[in-house]
Amino acid sequence: MSTLRTRGLVINVPGRPDGYALDMDIESGQTWGVLGPNGAGKTTLLHTLAGLLPARSGQVLLNESPLADLKRREIARHIGLVFQERQDSFPATVMETALIGRHPWLSPWESEQGDDQARAQQALTSLDVDHLSDRLLNTLSGGERQRVAIATLMTQNPNVWLLDEPTNHLDLHHQVKVIHLLRDQARVGKTIFMCLHDLNLAARWCSHVLLLYTNGDACWGPADAMLESSALEKLYNQKLITVEADGAPVFVPVSA
Amino acid sequence: MIRSLSVLCVVALLAVLLALALGSVTVSPIDLIAVIQGEGNALHRTLLWELRLPRTLAAFATGGLLAVAGALMQVLLRNPLADPYVLGLSGGAAVGALLAMLTGMGTLLISGSAFAGAMLATVLVFGLAHGTGSWTPSRLLLTGVVVAAGWGAVITLMLAITPSYKLPGMLYWLMGDVSYARTPWPPLIVLALSIVLVLPLARNLNVLARGPMQAAALGVSVRPLEWTIYILASLLTATAVTTAGSIGFVGLIVPHMLRLVLGNDQRIILPACALAGGTLLVLADTLARTVIAPEQLPVGVITALLGVPTFLYLLHRSR
Repeated sequence: MSTLRTRGLVINVPGRPDGYALDMDIESGQTWGVLGPNGAGKTTLLHTLAGLLPARSGQVLLNESPLADLKRREIARHIGLVFQERQDSFPATVMETALIGRHPWLSPWESEQGDDQARAQQALTSLDVDHLSDRLLNTLSGGERQRVAIATLMTQNPNVWLLDEPTNHLDLHHQVKVIHLLRDQARVGKTIFMCLHDLNLAARWCSHVLLLYTNGDACWGPADAMLESSALEKLYNQKLITVEADGAPVFVPVSA
Repeated sequence: MIRSLSVLCVVALLAVLLALALGSVTVSPIDLIAVIQGEGNALHRTLLWELRLPRTLAAFATGGLLAVAGALMQVLLRNPLADPYVLGLSGGAAVGALLAMLTGMGTLLISGSAFAGAMLATVLVFGLAHGTGSWTPSRLLLTGVVVAAGWGAVITLMLAITPSYKLPGMLYWLMGDVSYARTPWPPLIVLALSIVLVLPLARNLNVLARGPMQAAALGVSVRPLEWTIYILASLLTATAVTTAGSIGFVGLIVPHMLRLVLGNDQRIILPACALAGGTLLVLADTLARTVIAPEQLPVGVITALLGVPTFLYLLHRSR
C-alpha cells in the first residue's frame, strides 16, 4: 500500500506559466484518469510523479517522504511507469523484457530465480502474450508490445502504477481487458494513475479524474463530480453530447 | 550461460596453441607438448616461451580489451555501430604515439603519449557531443566520425614532415601491430580486472540498453552508470591501443557476432567478448605472421578487411 501526494506541485512544461499548483492525494485503491488535450503536460506529469523529471516547484511525496530524498532503486520498488514511447535498439525477447521488471528487487550479483520467472510468466499470461514469450520484441505488433510493457510493470509489482496511455494500439477487447486488470489491481490495494485519450474509458472505469488544461490550469476530484459536460467541452474546446449507456455517461462529440 | 562460455574458453585455448605452433618455424604438436612440459630442444623453448607466447598473449589481451570496450560503448550509445576505432579514440592515440616517435622519445614515453592521446580523444568526442544537453547517440557517432577524420589529417601531416627513415615503424604502428607489445601482462591484468568490475553492473547495462528513462524508472542511477562505463571503455581502449597500435573493428565485429548467437544479456556478452575478441585477434595475428612468411603483415590490415564489410552490412540492415 502506498500513497502519492503532491504538494504545491508545478510541472515543468517549457514556456508555460505556472498555472494552478497540484495538491493531490492519490491513495491506495483509487484509479485515476488524467484527461487533457495534446501538450497539456500529461506525460510530463507522469514523469515528474515517477521522479524522472524535476518539478518547477513543489514536491511529490511517497508515503510522506519527498521523492527527491529517496534512492532511485527505492523509488522503483514502489513506483512503476509504462512509457508511451519505448526504445529497442538491441534485440530482446518478450520474456527477457518482462524479466527486467525484477531489476529493482535483485542485488548486483543476483540473477533472476524461478520465483522471478514465475512472476513474469504469470504477468505475460494475464495480458495474453504468454504464447509470444520467445519472440523478439521488434517482430511484434504495436498492441502486443503495449501489452508486454504492461506485463513488465506487473512483473515489477510496484504499489503505484503510472501508465501513459495504456490502451494505445489495443483492440477493443484488449482495451477492456487491460482496464479490468488495472481496476482489479486497484481493488487489491494498488494505486493506479494513468493518462487517457479516451474520455469514455475514464468515465466508465476511473474513480478519480484530473483535468489538465493547456494553459496550466487543473482540477481534480472524484470522477462523477469532475465529468461535467461543460468542463470537458472547455478542456477539449469541443461541443459534446452526453448520453447514458450501461450505467455510465458517454460523451459524444457534436459534428460541426 | 556456463556452457557457451566454456565453449569459448576451449576455442580460445585452441587458438593460442595454434598460434604457438604456427609461424616461420612450425612446431609439431609433439614438440609443443614437450615444451609445455618443460622439455624439448633449446631452440623451441626460446621460440615459444620468449617470442610466440608473449606475442600471442598480448594479441589475446588486446583483442579482448577492444571487444569489451566496443560492447560497452554500444550499450552506452544504444547503437550497435559504436566502436573505439569508429569513434576516433584510436586516432587520438595514434597522434599521441606518432608525436612521441617524431620527437624521438623512448618506448615507454611512446606508450604514455599514446595513452594520453586516447584519453584526450575520448574527452574531446564525448565532451563535444555532450554539449549542454545529454548524449544523443547519433550526435556522438557523428562527432566521433568527424573527429576521427581530423586525427587522420593530423597523422598525414606528421607523416609528411617525418624523415623517411622513421616512417616504417610509424606506419606499422598506425595499422596496428602486436609485435610492438613488450610484455603481455599490463593489458591482460587490465582485461581481467575490468571483467570483474563490470560483471556486477551487467544487469544494470541490460536495463540501460532499453533507454535511460526506462532504466531510471527501474531503479538505475543512470548518470553515474553512464560515466562509469564511459571511463572504463576509454581506459580499455587506451590500454589496447598502447599495447598494439590502432587495430580497428574488433570492437564492432565481435559483440555483433556474439549478440546474434547469444542474445543481448550483458552478463554473458561481456565475458564472451573478452574471450572471443582475444581469440579473433590471436587468429588474425597468426594469419598476419604466416600468410606471407617470413614477411609479416600488420594485424590491423586483417581486422579491417573483416571489419569494413561487417560495418557496411550492419549499416545496411539497420536502414
